[in-house]
Amino acid sequence: MPAAIELCEVHKRFGDLQALSGIDLEVPQGEFFGLLGPNGAGKTTLISVLAGLVRADRGTVRVMGHDVRADYRAARRSLGVVPQELVFDPFFTVRETLRIQSGYFGMRDNRAWIDEVMHNLDLASKADVNMRALSGGMKRRVLVAQALVHKPPVIVLDEPTAGVDVELRQALWEFIRRLNRDGHTIVLTTHYLEEAEALCERIAMLKLGRVVALDSTPNLLKRVHHLFLRLRLGGQLPEELRPLEHGSTADAHVLRLKSYDDVEQALSSIRRAGCRIEEMELAQPDLEDAFVDVMRRS
Amino acid sequence: MSGFPTLLWKEVLRFWKVSTQTIGAPVLTAVLFLFIFGHVMEGRVRMYDSIPYTAFLVPGLVMMSVLQNAFANSSSSLIQSKITGNIIFVLLPPLAYWEFFAAYVLAAVARGMVVGTAVMLVTLPFVHMEFRHPLWVLAFAFCGSAVLGALGMMAGIWAEKIDQVASFQNFLIMPLTFLSGVFYSIHSLPVFWQGLSHFNPFFYMIDGFRYGFFGVSDAHPAKSLAVVAAFLVLVSGLTLAVLRSGYKLRH
Repeated sequence: MPAAIELCEVHKRFGDLQALSGIDLEVPQGEFFGLLGPNGAGKTTLISVLAGLVRADRGTVRVMGHDVRADYRAARRSLGVVPQELVFDPFFTVRETLRIQSGYFGMRDNRAWIDEVMHNLDLASKADVNMRALSGGMKRRVLVAQALVHKPPVIVLDEPTAGVDVELRQALWEFIRRLNRDGHTIVLTTHYLEEAEALCERIAMLKLGRVVALDSTPNLLKRVHHLFLRLRLGGQLPEELRPLEHGSTADAHVLRLKSYDDVEQALSSIRRAGCRIEEMELAQPDLEDAFVDVMRRS
Repeated sequence: MSGFPTLLWKEVLRFWKVSTQTIGAPVLTAVLFLFIFGHVMEGRVRMYDSIPYTAFLVPGLVMMSVLQNAFANSSSSLIQSKITGNIIFVLLPPLAYWEFFAAYVLAAVARGMVVGTAVMLVTLPFVHMEFRHPLWVLAFAFCGSAVLGALGMMAGIWAEKIDQVASFQNFLIMPLTFLSGVFYSIHSLPVFWQGLSHFNPFFYMIDGFRYGFFGVSDAHPAKSLAVVAAFLVLVSGLTLAVLRSGYKLRH
């Protein structure tokens, strides 16, 4: 069974900017995969290379085993892309937009699936409304629907929830999870790391056009060897704990600790100082901590 | 199944949905030209010895509308899609570069034909027209609008701003159509300008188109069709090469 996505030694340069520097990546079929990185890391270029919008200078790119240059028709049929920018064609209604997009993929009689996609994305009531009259969130839903009209086995979502309200975000993830359960491969880029942590089985982190981390989400989290102790105190934090402070706020102190043993020691220090603990919370590192850690080290 | 018919249908639907602007406006412009020039010149000049000036003018105005609107269709569609970013919707699907070319050019031909037919129908009550060789009329209308559709694609692909397309239209297409014999027979020009007109491919489009109505022309219609067809092959070849390279569309 071919990989859903396969990139081998992919390079891309725009003038003086080396956007991709030898990317090697394989995403098996059915995986929910995350692609993370700071702005300018090369995520959108990588997606554009996959989609045939940008041609790689070197390297091989395959979607479901189809080369994106030599066998572009099969490769593009296998891929649905939700672009980052909120783009739309102002001449058409939602239904027309989806029928046209479906037709571009050679699917003429696709009404049942278009209706199902619109229903799942809560677009049915807007089916005959012109794209210009839709809110930003609704336009985003149409972009998602456009990527799905040809039932692609691989779906790439480039920051699909940027500027989207909570209700749509939840509905969207529920729908995408269902597609993933049905066997679709999902590739997600997002700046909301809690979303990536909750959804992605495996994550690649990009920096300056290189993959600097590639592992399962639990393994990436395990790389961060510390805990966070959040405290609200009825007095001053003892001086000896000040060096452990990490991102404290006005009403709470957050201590970064290496192990559970350090928790005991921190609490002893507070007791010795005669300070009262009003609220306490122990947190495991999250993907944001892992991300910051990887970016700092690489 | 190919996505080509859908792209063609979408491009036709795009101009049809704003027909007041894309069909109504050019028809009004052509009718104003006819009334003004017809009123001033009628009775003073007879073309090819026997044709009243207003009747002579109508095929020229029709073909000018066909050409300008064919160019406007493909160029405006591409530049708008590039500027708004929705060009991505036609770049993501499995469309071959030649399907892309054929859809945009045929939609441009369709708009040219619709506008040309509308101008013809609106002017018919005011002028007695002959239709001696309708197949020549269709052949020149098709080839001419296809040339301009392909040129419009080149302009739309090359341009990054709407005013660059407007410059292409105002400083190249408009002068070439106006100086191609829409309003006069080149035999009424001084010898130097007559000679120069033979290097303007738009002259052959309009002259050959007019031959289909009256059976007379400045150049032999077969020669005109050969020139227009050669120009079509040249412009199409260039546009296809540009599309294949991905210039300004696929980085």
